[in-house]
Amino acid sequence: MNPEDLHYTPSHEWVRIDGDVGAIGITDYAQKELGEIVYLELPEVGHVFNAGDEFGTVESVKAVSELFTPVSGEVVEVNKGAVAEPGIVNDDPFGDGWLIKMKLTTDEEVGKLMTAEQYASYVQQEEKER
Amino acid sequence: MSAPARATALKRTSLYDLHRELGAKLIDFGGWEMPVQYSGILQEHRAVRERVGIFDVSHMGELEFSGTGALAALQWLTPNDVSRLSDGRCHYSAFLTDRGTYVDDLLVYRKAEDSWMLVVNAANIPKDFEWARSRARVNVQVGDASDRYALIAVQGPRAAALVARVAAEDPSDLDYYAFREISILGEPTLVSRTGYTGEDGFEICLASERAEKIFRRLLEEGRSDGAMPCGLGARDTLRLEAKMALYGNDIDDTVTPWEADLGWTVKMKKGEFLGRDALERQKAEGVLRKLVGFEMVDRGIARHGYPARTAYGEGVVTSGTHSPTLGKPIGLALLPAGAAGVGTEFEIDIRGRNAKARVVETPFYKRPKEAR
Repeated sequence: MNPEDLHYTPSHEWVRIDGDVGAIGITDYAQKELGEIVYLELPEVGHVFNAGDEFGTVESVKAVSELFTPVSGEVVEVNKGAVAEPGIVNDDPFGDGWLIKMKLTTDEEVGKLMTAEQYASYVQQEEKER
Repeated sequence: MSAPARATALKRTSLYDLHRELGAKLIDFGGWEMPVQYSGILQEHRAVRERVGIFDVSHMGELEFSGTGALAALQWLTPNDVSRLSDGRCHYSAFLTDRGTYVDDLLVYRKAEDSWMLVVNAANIPKDFEWARSRARVNVQVGDASDRYALIAVQGPRAAALVARVAAEDPSDLDYYAFREISILGEPTLVSRTGYTGEDGFEICLASERAEKIFRRLLEEGRSDGAMPCGLGARDTLRLEAKMALYGNDIDDTVTPWEADLGWTVKMKKGEFLGRDALERQKAEGVLRKLVGFEMVDRGIARHGYPARTAYGEGVVTSGTHSPTLGKPIGLALLPAGAAGVGTEFEIDIRGRNAKARVVETPFYKRPKEAR
């Protein structure tokens, strides 16, 4: 369920690396926890973030949650389709429901993120504690 | 994404196990572990607007008033005129402080001249009971029956047909805000034509231990109607579209009925009641702020507690959500009276960003008139 080629954060974002560009989204677990997403607030192209910065918000009917960048870099593309139809993030969180693409400042941060397997056991642990 | 809040030791209704079985997502609501949704808030909302939804609202409290002094006690404790209620009728009312502000909003049911029931908000049960008991005057007994009763709401255009099929008699002839005892699956229940969704519907009050059997039966029998179990998430979007106030959000002990646009629940001519003097003063002086409905002009969802700025001073958002029916953000705000006119534009601080909003006519949603 969590694709093997992605890297994951404890705050439930993922990044898919393609050369020096990373596509960023939220995980299937995150979208399920949020419920139906009705609103996305995403940054403009050109915005620069450090890893761990808040880059936007995702809102379900009930709640608002902050989004944090897994890596440092500059925003090069925003998923306008997802902004227009936020439900796409529920339907396909690892695919068409991506949020932004960033040109990475460094390739050294990705290694610090969780693998799919590590993330799966992290989620399991988090669910147990609740 | 930020982490969800953790649950602590919470109260549960008699339907808790069934909620788990139905795959509900449970949250802390006023100290109760309640289903916020089963399949999804948007779907459940739509089910109620178009078909029928079934809610567990057993967390709500029931206070019982009995004795020859019950009517006089309620006339003193609540601003609406209980002398206008006949047996089998209920109305929307409140407990008010001596400042005329809300202790709670509630429904008053007249079973008989010496037997009444009040349905109050879950988080306020101990406060309301104490409030009523210590101010109830003579020849009246006030009891808290909240733990004994479950409350199931069946709401939507197909609610009447569904309840008619499971109950021993058809409740369709009940007027709005009327109720009577009806047997369901052999169990005595109190069925009232009331609700908190803006749709036609019923609330069924019954012994807690019978609730699961009847909830299951309603779901099963309602399957052909497209009935869905619905959580508090949909209940909130439904009530907000219908502009029904939520205690703790839109009204509390700083807000009066005049300010909340609930003046119709106050009958000044009926005689003395708690809060009357303050309300009389405020009526003479005019209210400084008003609860209004708004829509967003700019993008964004304004939520409870977000600051509002108007040409007449500061206000605050009391409720805000994405309206599933209208497909856009809506909300309620307490604004300075000068800014409360329909069409007035103002700004809301959405987490540091100024977003424009506009006062609009309410309710946001009104159900289509049907032949009854």
